[in-house]
Amino acid sequence: MLRQTTNDEYQGHPMISHELSSLPEKAKWVWRETLKVHRHAPETRIASSLSPIEIFVALYYGGILRFDPQNPREEQRDRCIISKGHGSICMYPILADLGFFPASELDRVCKAGGFLGGIPDPIIPGYETVNGSLGHGMGVGTGVALGLKVKKSDRSVFVVTGDGELHEGANWEAFMFASHHKLDNLHLIVDDNQISMLGQTNNIVSHSSLTARLQAFGWDCTEVDGHDVLAVREALLSMKAKSEGKPKALLARTKKGHGVPSLEGADLAHIMNPKPEWIDTVLEANNE
Amino acid sequence: MNNRPIAMRDAFLDRICQTMAEDDRIFFVTADFGSPVLDRIRAQFPDRFANVGIAEQNLINVSSGLAIEGFKVFSYAIAPFITMRCYEQIRVNLALLSEVRPMNVTLVGVGAGYSYVVSGPTHQCYEDLTIMRALPNIAIYSPSDHVTTAALFDQCLENKGLKYLRLDAQVLPIVYDSAVPDLARGFNVHRSGNDVCFVATGYMLHTAMKVADELAASGINVGIIDLFDISRFDADKLQVALASYAGIVTMEEGFRGRGGIDSMMFEFIARRGMNTRMFNIGVEGGYRFELGTRIELHEQVGIGPQAVIASVTEFMRTLPTTAERSMSYSNN
Repeated sequence: MLRQTTNDEYQGHPMISHELSSLPEKAKWVWRETLKVHRHAPETRIASSLSPIEIFVALYYGGILRFDPQNPREEQRDRCIISKGHGSICMYPILADLGFFPASELDRVCKAGGFLGGIPDPIIPGYETVNGSLGHGMGVGTGVALGLKVKKSDRSVFVVTGDGELHEGANWEAFMFASHHKLDNLHLIVDDNQISMLGQTNNIVSHSSLTARLQAFGWDCTEVDGHDVLAVREALLSMKAKSEGKPKALLARTKKGHGVPSLEGADLAHIMNPKPEWIDTVLEANNE
Repeated sequence: MNNRPIAMRDAFLDRICQTMAEDDRIFFVTADFGSPVLDRIRAQFPDRFANVGIAEQNLINVSSGLAIEGFKVFSYAIAPFITMRCYEQIRVNLALLSEVRPMNVTLVGVGAGYSYVVSGPTHQCYEDLTIMRALPNIAIYSPSDHVTTAALFDQCLENKGLKYLRLDAQVLPIVYDSAVPDLARGFNVHRSGNDVCFVATGYMLHTAMKVADELAASGINVGIIDLFDISRFDADKLQVALASYAGIVTMEEGFRGRGGIDSMMFEFIARRGMNTRMFNIGVEGGYRFELGTRIELHEQVGIGPQAVIASVTEFMRTLPTTAERSMSYSNN
């Protein structure tokens, strides 16, 4: 079902792409594996790690990102900067599945001797930067995008943030800078689950017109149903193909705690830990 | 050697500008802060020059991104802003990330101490040594003249890693008119004396020299050490250089007793079990709004030449005599 291809289009750089029809199934598998990680590592943030699954599956299995699991910092890769650190635990099974590190590491999440922590560190193969403190990935990604332009590299930068972390002002400094410098190799994907730690972002400090705000900052901005993995892939593909002198943003409408009853969309989902028995029940109900 | 003093920043930027022609991996980023030499860099190397605007957080973040792409980055802004406005970015995206990713970034902060004399406390900088010392992985340079500053450029370019260079905003007299100090040692013995040695950094080296001259006129000879590398000086050699003194007086244009070189030297003599006493010259009290010349402001906060002479003279009275010191040695 899954196949690994080397795409000549990318100058011999190995790129993993999969049958499109298998992407929803892959997303479901990642969802299950992420819940299993949380079951034995309850220190991880589960709700915010369930909302961006389709984003990461589209990026890593949908032929969007160029990467080499054997050589994660290889020059010819696309740079994927995961800014919403705690909310990217779903990357652990993805990176293990792709061969960045052995799957046995998934048993050691948050355990002594392991390297997969409650918040991912840049020692993890596949992570580019520090992300535990929010609001940093956008600015660093902007510097990376500028550096690639000056090096005349055609590689792309993808930055994945949550919507809550866009309250950090440093993001907006970077938004202004990126459009001024016409960084059309820079892509922002917002996992727009609309909930930060203490509730709905729109009730905390309103984000209601994020698309219009980004457009006003000179960005090309589109929206997508963030749980439709094929739609996300399609949006990312057409976004990546554009080079019109504008940085590009994709607002992925997602649900925090996606797919887990009592967690999905709950105001306090960020700090809720479903009990192991409940995870078992949910997994059973969603068996393959 | 140069015999006409120029601004430290111009000496440093001039070296950057010359080297950018040969090294296409040098990138210069500023937070809307300039100088005539900077105009040359902007004109000659538009692709490797970026002004992020009045946005120091983004200055650091963009510098971090450029550095992990292999550029040797010089980031430039006013000293309090490049250290304190964006401290979290320095901590996370430079100091922390450099544990994992190789980075070559030099933060150049202009306006050490009171050097923006009439701009008041927002633009003056009395805390930077303290907070930058708190971070691992960052070398801190605090030169006292433009000759040392220009010489430090090679050090900053060649040494991978992170550096903070704090520069005075005023043109200071040349200290090193015949030879550049030994940069690897990190300090320079400016003169030797009896009983007391001044350990001064940046502008305060000039105050130390003035005070030492006045004391010499009354027959008191003090030693002077210029400590220009705050983080990586040769500790063994510094211990030897200070071994013969009964007292050490640290001098900095920063708050006293709040973690600057005073705290660093207390820790140094304690860790090394040195038999010496210490007195600290640093800014007394909190933020102030008086206007005046730099020396007038210094006198008000206890770091001007007259204030230093008074407190050093008082300190010297409390020191054991040479005979008493040799007694205490033999009792050990």
